[in-house]
Amino acid sequence: MAELGHLSLWLALAISLLQVVLPSLGLARRDGRLVALAVPAAQTQVLLALAAFGALTWCFVTSDFSVRIVASNSHTLKPMLYKVTGVWGNHEGSLLLWVAMLALAGGAVATFGRRLDAGFRARVLAVQGLIAVGFYAFLLITSNPFARLLPVPEQGSGLNPILQDPGLAFHPPMLYLGYVGLSVAFSFAVAALLENRVGPAWAREVRPWVLAAWAALTGGLALGSWWAYYELGWGGWWFWDPVENAALMPWLAATALFHSAVVLEKRDALRNWTVLLAVVAFSLSMLGTFIVRSGVLTSVHAFAVDPERGLFILILLAFYIGGALTLYAWRAGQVQAGATFAAVSREGALVANNLLLSAALGTVFMGTLYPLALEALTGEQISVGAPYFNATFTPLMVPLIALMAVGPFLTWRRAHNRLASALALPAAAAIGATLTAYAFADTRGALALVGFALAAWLAVAVMVELSGHLRHGRGGAGSTWARLRRIPRAAWGMSLAHLGVAVTVFGVTASGAWQQETLANLRLGESALAGPYRYTLASVMPVAGDNFTALEGRFAVTRDGRAIAVMTSQARAYTSPPMETTEAGIKPLWGGDLYAVLGKPDGRGGWQVRLHWKPFIPWIWYGSVLMALGGIVALTDRRGRASAAVPAAEPVDPVNALAAE
Amino acid sequence: MTASPTPPSPSRPPAAPMPLSRKLLVALPVLVFAGLVAVFVSQLKPKDPNAVPSALLGKPAPEFSLPGYDAEHPGLATADLRQGTVTVVNIFASWCAPCVAELPQLQRLAEDHGVVVHAIAWKDKPDDMAAVFARAGNPFRRIGMDNEGRTVIDWGIAGVPETFIVDGRGTIIHRHIGDIRPEQVARIAEIVRTGKP
Repeated sequence: MAELGHLSLWLALAISLLQVVLPSLGLARRDGRLVALAVPAAQTQVLLALAAFGALTWCFVTSDFSVRIVASNSHTLKPMLYKVTGVWGNHEGSLLLWVAMLALAGGAVATFGRRLDAGFRARVLAVQGLIAVGFYAFLLITSNPFARLLPVPEQGSGLNPILQDPGLAFHPPMLYLGYVGLSVAFSFAVAALLENRVGPAWAREVRPWVLAAWAALTGGLALGSWWAYYELGWGGWWFWDPVENAALMPWLAATALFHSAVVLEKRDALRNWTVLLAVVAFSLSMLGTFIVRSGVLTSVHAFAVDPERGLFILILLAFYIGGALTLYAWRAGQVQAGATFAAVSREGALVANNLLLSAALGTVFMGTLYPLALEALTGEQISVGAPYFNATFTPLMVPLIALMAVGPFLTWRRAHNRLASALALPAAAAIGATLTAYAFADTRGALALVGFALAAWLAVAVMVELSGHLRHGRGGAGSTWARLRRIPRAAWGMSLAHLGVAVTVFGVTASGAWQQETLANLRLGESALAGPYRYTLASVMPVAGDNFTALEGRFAVTRDGRAIAVMTSQARAYTSPPMETTEAGIKPLWGGDLYAVLGKPDGRGGWQVRLHWKPFIPWIWYGSVLMALGGIVALTDRRGRASAAVPAAEPVDPVNALAAE
Repeated sequence: MTASPTPPSPSRPPAAPMPLSRKLLVALPVLVFAGLVAVFVSQLKPKDPNAVPSALLGKPAPEFSLPGYDAEHPGLATADLRQGTVTVVNIFASWCAPCVAELPQLQRLAEDHGVVVHAIAWKDKPDDMAAVFARAGNPFRRIGMDNEGRTVIDWGIAGVPETFIVDGRGTIIHRHIGDIRPEQVARIAEIVRTGKP
């Protein structure tokens, strides 16, 4: 089976080479038959990449320990779910997943991009193929997932237990889908630069791809942070770890990208900027992969530290990113500047959004890479942690979120509507929320009060905006329901996503400002208070799982004498490989999470325990789900599909495309 | 590189030569990236992933002056670290579990080994601190209240707790990341006693 997978991978490399060469030749020679080969090539590549991935999965499922990475990452006693997720719980397998997703992205363009101009689609697929060539080569030359092992071991050495978790099982595929999905935007940008085709039509075509990748990336980030929250047992949900930052940066770039693409589509402005963002977003994704894989940054996530591979990826990155940016430097001057516009307008607000997002991206980029640059230049070593990011990132998010409420009320070109009346209700809500938090919840932190104000401001503004659709919609005699249905999906998507931001901001603020933490030494039967909740340590018992043993602490939680929940927290000891982990006990209630961690025995019959009351913390992830959902809803917008359906109306000749301004 | 030859179209004037400033602007991304690649190449060497040494090792402690916690625990400033004796500066927060867990170890340093232990309390509330001290003891001589969280940035910390050993002239000679485990107390005391990392 392994050989079959290996062969598929080599064939996929060969096909992707063809996918680059033939269409490019066809475009140069104006040979339609060669150009048309791009589509079947991309589709064949999908089958081959999936075959390779399937073969590796089969090796894991059947515990074929003659395959090296199966032997070093799996174990017969592992639950089936983690045998499967073990496929991407290691360097080689995760890269195989990465290229399989890349092939899928190319296949999606080939299959669903039928309405694109055939020549342009071939160009996009050629670029997509070029990216694939490099990563297939990387996989086959430095990290062959199908390498055999002799002699064949009797038993595997198991998967890192910290990765044996449903949250982490689905986090990498989701994140990779987002990372790699952005490759389509990259290929669109490079193809558009090659053909001098940057314009409103291009923006409209690229937007659904960006939205899809963005939604996946949002989901991936949320899953990762949720995993860190309950598995690492520290009670935090974001640690500004370099690997987290590596995933956050493409997300920020993609967010900026689909906002600026709207401006390009509607007003034909920000041409160079949008193309640059499309290049940068995927570049940051590749950089993220590089950072995780190469070990240039010290991080808890670095489970494959190997400078040789690092150098190979670096050469790939230098070629792809450097090449695209050089092309940009060369061609951007020829892209004509688009329209100019008034400051107070929809596009003005979107430009401000882009400036703030880019500034935020810049601070994360600096904080992540500055220590590296400093060490290279001066030999000095520093580490930048949460204090830096809290001090720089948060102040940029405040105006961004404030503006997010205003933007949708502005009209294109020049705002002339009654902004003040639209914003009166959100402003009142913001003041109300702040006063309530101050007076009734005893919140004193300035930032926390600002957070509550922003969440209320944004949430109410979204509602006002939606109700505006209802009042002004040409519903005629139609019911409210009919009017609701007439709101474009894109508008629904935006409202959902913005509402999601409000929910997340509320979750972040409330869980930070109101959380209660208690450290205690409890004997059996003793209890301690965390916030309004009383935790009683009912029992500590040994338990055994499939591949671990654990001490399980059982906590009975009461509030004002009423029983609320029974929670368990485990201190686990895995045998293969030997490692200890904590499973926090988490009980989600409507108002927040109860969170208990069983620590070490104190040697005198007591146990160290950490008890939390974390109000509203799940809202952080509810909000993320809303955001991702918003992206998906916007993706189904009829306008996007309809306009893509009339390529004949778009000038096919690139020169005319520019002239048609 | 364009697929089709590009005849000048009537509505589009022939491109004027790009001004230099614009050329530089569009070339800026690729130049930044080139710098980044150079940095990465220089960093691609095997290294111990657990070693995060401090930039401040061998350097004077950053300049700061912080208000105190109470009358018995006055504030902390750079001058207090230049009194001729080796001191230990612990970055502390009552909301951080490992910080509380290492208090007994700091207590042992102070009582059994006679080490002067100061604290910088990061964004902490006196009431919360008092509750922790009442339970776990207060090993600190001076406590600087870093209410703004600015001073800890100057110290370059990655998280709490962290512990620095400063020699009598105010030079940082050792950095300990994370909580001090009971078995590490002797080693810390040794560094303090010899003044050598």
